[in-house]
Amino acid sequence: MVSKKHISITVNGEAKETEVEPRMLLAHFLREVVGLTGTHIGCDTTNCGACTVIMDGKAVKSCTILAVQANGKKVMTIEGLSKGREKLHPVQQSFVDKHGLQCGYCTSGMILTSYWLLKNRKNVTDEEIRAAISGNLCRCTGYDNIVESIKDASKKMEEEGDPIEEHPEIKVRA
Amino acid sequence: MNPPAFEYFAPTGIDEVIDILAKYPGEAKILAGGQSLIPLLKARISSIPYLVSLSEVKGLSYVDEGKEGVRIGAMTVDSDIENSELIRKKFPVLHDATEQLADPLVRNVGTIGGNLSHADPANDLPAVMIALDARISVQGRNGLREIKARDFFLDTFTTALEAEEVLTEVTIPFWGKRSGGAYVKFKKNTWNFSVAAVAVQLELEGNKCTRANIATTSVSAKSGRMESAEKILAGKELTHEVISKAASEVAASAQPTSDPYGTEDYKREILKRITREAIRKALSRAGEN
Ligand SMILES: Cc1cc2nc3c(=O)[nH]c(=O)nc-3n(C[C@H](O)[C@H](O)[C@H](O)COP(=O)(O)OP(=O)(O)OC[C@H]3O[C@@H](n4cnc5c(N)ncnc54)[C@H](O)[C@@H]3O)c2cc1C
Ligand code: FES
Ligand code: FES
Repeated sequence: MVSKKHISITVNGEAKETEVEPRMLLAHFLREVVGLTGTHIGCDTTNCGACTVIMDGKAVKSCTILAVQANGKKVMTIEGLSKGREKLHPVQQSFVDKHGLQCGYCTSGMILTSYWLLKNRKNVTDEEIRAAISGNLCRCTGYDNIVESIKDASKKMEEEGDPIEEHPEIKVRA
Repeated sequence: MNPPAFEYFAPTGIDEVIDILAKYPGEAKILAGGQSLIPLLKARISSIPYLVSLSEVKGLSYVDEGKEGVRIGAMTVDSDIENSELIRKKFPVLHDATEQLADPLVRNVGTIGGNLSHADPANDLPAVMIALDARISVQGRNGLREIKARDFFLDTFTTALEAEEVLTEVTIPFWGKRSGGAYVKFKKNTWNFSVAAVAVQLELEGNKCTRANIATTSVSAKSGRMESAEKILAGKELTHEVISKAASEVAASAQPTSDPYGTEDYKREILKRITREAIRKALSRAGEN
């Protein structure tokens, strides 16, 4: 019998402490233990990015990280983007406004990767956007509307700022 | 799919890591970023009873400029190397490679130590470190030793690391003032490994090339130097003819195999093309200095 490990992960600003089997993946921890099902599992083979979350300021694939590896770290999921606020986050709003989604399966990952990009770069070019989302696959949109959404989000973030700035624990660092 | 069950250790010191590796010979493995290891476990290609994570060992993530070169800690993630101004300026060949390695999300987790220790002939950093004449520091029960990158890669998935040794640091020595490098990678899409890739590092004096290192990715059982091609460049002015001759020599001396990435002939053709491009790019960068 493999020994369980005690872990504490800050998810969207709240500490989640529990015992897990070492082989539990972060994606499963978020969906099944914490109950946040906005993090999707698509390929389960590190290719599609549907499972993208932000861990200690970096966008990562949560299907390829063990929950025990995230011990002591700060994780933000799609639910964290507009947590505690009435309005959608500017990046989410841009995906709505510019039709950056169809079935929505890739969308939470796509939005978190976009958020990570926009926190690190201003005035993003199409080329930078396409490079940044190259680990996130979308089977519906053909990407053009996603690129438009991210450009729009870049503008919105410049104009309106980032509402998440209020939660220093999930602030993305450069 | 979940990986098969394993015991997990996350000690805070290297000595403890080594002790655990030594306690379970052949059954314990280091976990760095997990971007190679976790997919292998999930696909049930590997089963490892004891995983020893380096995630809690402090001080293994850095890119530091020293007197003789740049030192990079084993747990430094690819994206931190990609974003390092120092690396971009001093070793553009490494910047090129990290910028094209896997995808941005994998680069946020995968480490230089893991990329080198894994020794997949399709991993990008072995060829770069060989081309740069880097040295790899490893720590084991008998203390610390340094291995030249060119002697580190023994075969597919096999390095000079002993079972209870940990790769701790990579040192890239500074090259002469008029030096430069380039990494050119040919791949069909982001998430696949390359069909072929080549790392070139050159040093110039007057209009002659005084030092030339060439190493390849994905076209042999292990990443290695292309010495016969290097000899074609050394001591010469790098004219169009000389560059083409060296590129043809790289294509001829590589040992690609036919697989879903392409036939052997196709890979040699690609290799010739990208080697020409890499030498030209390295030359122009060296010339700018
Ligand atoms: C979708 C995808 C695409 C990829 N594309 C590329 C690509 O284009 N180019 C490329 O080069 N790689 C690619 N990779 C591999 C990726 O870069 C890995 O991150 C890297 O090869 C391993 O680094 P890691 O830190 O994740 O190591 P891990 O997966 O944690 O470990 C890999 C191996 O190295 C050993 N190890 C790790 N660190 C040490 C250490 N310090 N000392 C001793 N042994 C150690 C482990 O025991 C294990 O055997 C890709 C991976 C994925 C999932
Ligand atoms: S589910 Fe994680 S990358 Fe596809
Ligand atoms: S919207 Fe359907 S996969 Fe992207």
